[in-house]
Amino acid sequence: MLQDDKKNIQLLSMTGICKSFSGVQVLSDAQLELRSGEVHILAGENGAGKSTLIKILAGVHTEYTGTIHVDSKKVNFNSIHDAAAAGISVIHQELSLVPAMSVAENIFLGREKSRFAWLAKAEMIKKASNMLKEIGLDIDVTRELGDYPLSTQQMVEICKALAINCRIIVMDEPTSALTDVEVEKLFTIIAKLKQNGCGIIYITHKMEEIYRIADRISVLRDGKYIGTAPASELNQAKLIQWMVGRELNQQFPRHKPKDGSVALSVKDFTVADPSGKPFPVVSKVSFSVKTGEILGVAGLQGSGNSELLNGIFGTYGTKAKGKIELEGKSYNPATPSHAIANGISLLTNDRKTTGLVLGMNIVHNTTLAALKKFSPGHWLKPAKESQTAEHHKKALNLKAASLSMQVDSLSGGNQQKVAIAKWIETEPKIFFLDEPTRGVDVGAKHEIYELMNKWTSQGIAIVLITSEMPELLAMSDRIIVMHRGKITAEYASADATQEKILQAAMG
Amino acid sequence: MKNGLKHSWIASPVTRALGALIIIFVIGLIFNADSAFFKWGTHRDMLRAVSVYGMLACGMTMVIIAGGIDLSVGSILALTAVCFSLFTIHRGINVFIAIVLCLCIGTLCGVCSGAFIARFRIQPFIATLAMMVFARGVAKWVSGGQKISTAVQQADGSYKYVDVPEIFNIINSKILANNITVVTIIFLFCLLISWLLLVKLRYGRYIYAIGGNEEASRLSGVPVSRAKVLAYGLSGLFCAVAGICQAAQELQGDPEAGVAYELSAIAMVVIGGTSLQGGRGSIWLTLIGVLTIGYLEKILSINAVGEDKRLMLTGAIIIAAVLLQRTKK
Repeated sequence: MLQDDKKNIQLLSMTGICKSFSGVQVLSDAQLELRSGEVHILAGENGAGKSTLIKILAGVHTEYTGTIHVDSKKVNFNSIHDAAAAGISVIHQELSLVPAMSVAENIFLGREKSRFAWLAKAEMIKKASNMLKEIGLDIDVTRELGDYPLSTQQMVEICKALAINCRIIVMDEPTSALTDVEVEKLFTIIAKLKQNGCGIIYITHKMEEIYRIADRISVLRDGKYIGTAPASELNQAKLIQWMVGRELNQQFPRHKPKDGSVALSVKDFTVADPSGKPFPVVSKVSFSVKTGEILGVAGLQGSGNSELLNGIFGTYGTKAKGKIELEGKSYNPATPSHAIANGISLLTNDRKTTGLVLGMNIVHNTTLAALKKFSPGHWLKPAKESQTAEHHKKALNLKAASLSMQVDSLSGGNQQKVAIAKWIETEPKIFFLDEPTRGVDVGAKHEIYELMNKWTSQGIAIVLITSEMPELLAMSDRIIVMHRGKITAEYASADATQEKILQAAMG
Repeated sequence: MKNGLKHSWIASPVTRALGALIIIFVIGLIFNADSAFFKWGTHRDMLRAVSVYGMLACGMTMVIIAGGIDLSVGSILALTAVCFSLFTIHRGINVFIAIVLCLCIGTLCGVCSGAFIARFRIQPFIATLAMMVFARGVAKWVSGGQKISTAVQQADGSYKYVDVPEIFNIINSKILANNITVVTIIFLFCLLISWLLLVKLRYGRYIYAIGGNEEASRLSGVPVSRAKVLAYGLSGLFCAVAGICQAAQELQGDPEAGVAYELSAIAMVVIGGTSLQGGRGSIWLTLIGVLTIGYLEKILSINAVGEDKRLMLTGAIIIAAVLLQRTKK
């Protein structure tokens, strides 16, 4: 009985929320309602205002207009502490943990348990360990957090949020770094939280996820509220239409290219562990890719697929060894600049740490990798740089108020477009795409797929890594699967299925 | 829209840095003992006094934008000052050759720091700390721990006073109807070179990119090592220029010169608003920082404020200036 009472009560209502940053309206009349025991998906393209709305709810942005009610009481948050005190917890996309501290210390960060000013270490360790076990994570909580893989760290972050006993939980793309098994664990936790009467606001760009866990869906577009509907009544086509404002007739528009010649062939390629461990992260891998072809490289975390591309690109210098031929000519990976000079480009899987210089503006990021072109005799040609950036802005449909904006003020999808523009400028013959659509909204994803089609029709060879299975299956012409640094299977795209790939990926 | 523009104008780092300078300037006009602030000579002397520091700050700006720090500037200044005095006063080497030699010595010191930082991945703080100690040692070794002045010891142990080489007087002179000192002109020249490198040349862009995100820069094919060595090498070169000027101003090469100058240079860069995190800043901000400290010192000395209070005030001003520049988020 109690369970039923707890369900379907309004926990939160935000109405008429408006917010602008230095004259630019980011949210206008946005609204969101959350009931107890529901998973409420907040959907929208990058830059639609989801993050801003969440930050207002979390007490990060305190200047806005509109009203927020928690448990039917009007609230006004002046800080993140106010929001936390009202029972709101946000699990951010970027981890807010300290890698150099132990797991237990991280979980109790800011709320350390103490006895007469002495830290009650043993108690915290025991509690942290129990809490993690509850969500199915059995690890040594006294070890440094940085020792664990990113996915484990993400689970710790989730556990930290749960430790505060909140009733309104916001999860901003919580699965972006999790493996499939861990995603399942997370969903189990979410189910438990629902049972206990919590309301969950969930942000994700993954369609499968939305329809697996959503009770209701609200959509924002360009800072405006578009609508709310139960997940069962809002089919995928309709949802995309709400988000993008137009119909996307095909989710994955891959055009088959005509047969090309071998652009890159790799034989017995091995990459030693960059941190010095004795086992190579890539061992004796051989493959080739033709001009105009998209080769998908599947693999779970730790399979070495990303390291394979980085190794060929020269990221690890001479730690990567093997016989590589570029259009029949022998090539040895040395440095990234050497790879770029030989027509290889790598769109890295983390644009914030390895892709872009966030503090520099759009123009300077766009020209960075091909700066020699823009500085004959060492003298920069700013006019030519701006012209080029302007050209890419139009061609890639980059949404930015001005090209002199720093890239860290752009949304994820637009940042990715800047990174793509940078690599187009190097005029690659072989383009490695490592998670090109991670954290990118549906509309921009579609644009990136169309770009891939355009590049292959120009004879560029693409090697694609993506953790989104439908994308991999639809966009690749051929798929190789890696497991623990070795290739375990190869399929033509017609023969590949999700099951086959997963099986090969797990060894 | 108008509101937005106004806002961005107020928030620009140049405006904020200028704000601190203007406040100092106004204070100078208020506490204007003997109307000294209305005489150009006061401003000329202030510029002369900060020029040597300013040269060090130019190099420091490049290094800091590249995400590093250079603690060795004061020691390299002492080393080159000693060498320059030794070459010109004692050995009578051709002035032109002496200058080139000193510039090479300074540059070499900087290049060494840069190479250790870039090739062997030693932290800039540590590598330049080592260079700071090492260069000071070389300065003492070369000079035998003595000030290299116009009193030249003869074979029989007696001292003979020689004339100051002409170049010392030239550097010390005032030109343009006594309105500006040659040292200040040299400082402005250093500023110009730094600006050309940072804004107009490809490697300047590389320096910003490395300071902003070194790994992303490397993966974009930026020659990270070369750009770092260049930044530290230029810092060393400017130290040598400053060392030569220092020797000329003091009419001697003092192996103990330039102690704690690196801290003044860092303070000037930071007061200007260049972030110690790297990737952001500009040489003009450093000029503003140099002038801010210069005017502060001048005002305090005009009003005969003792060194004790001067130091306390300077410390307070550094904090105030940095707080003033913080963008409210």
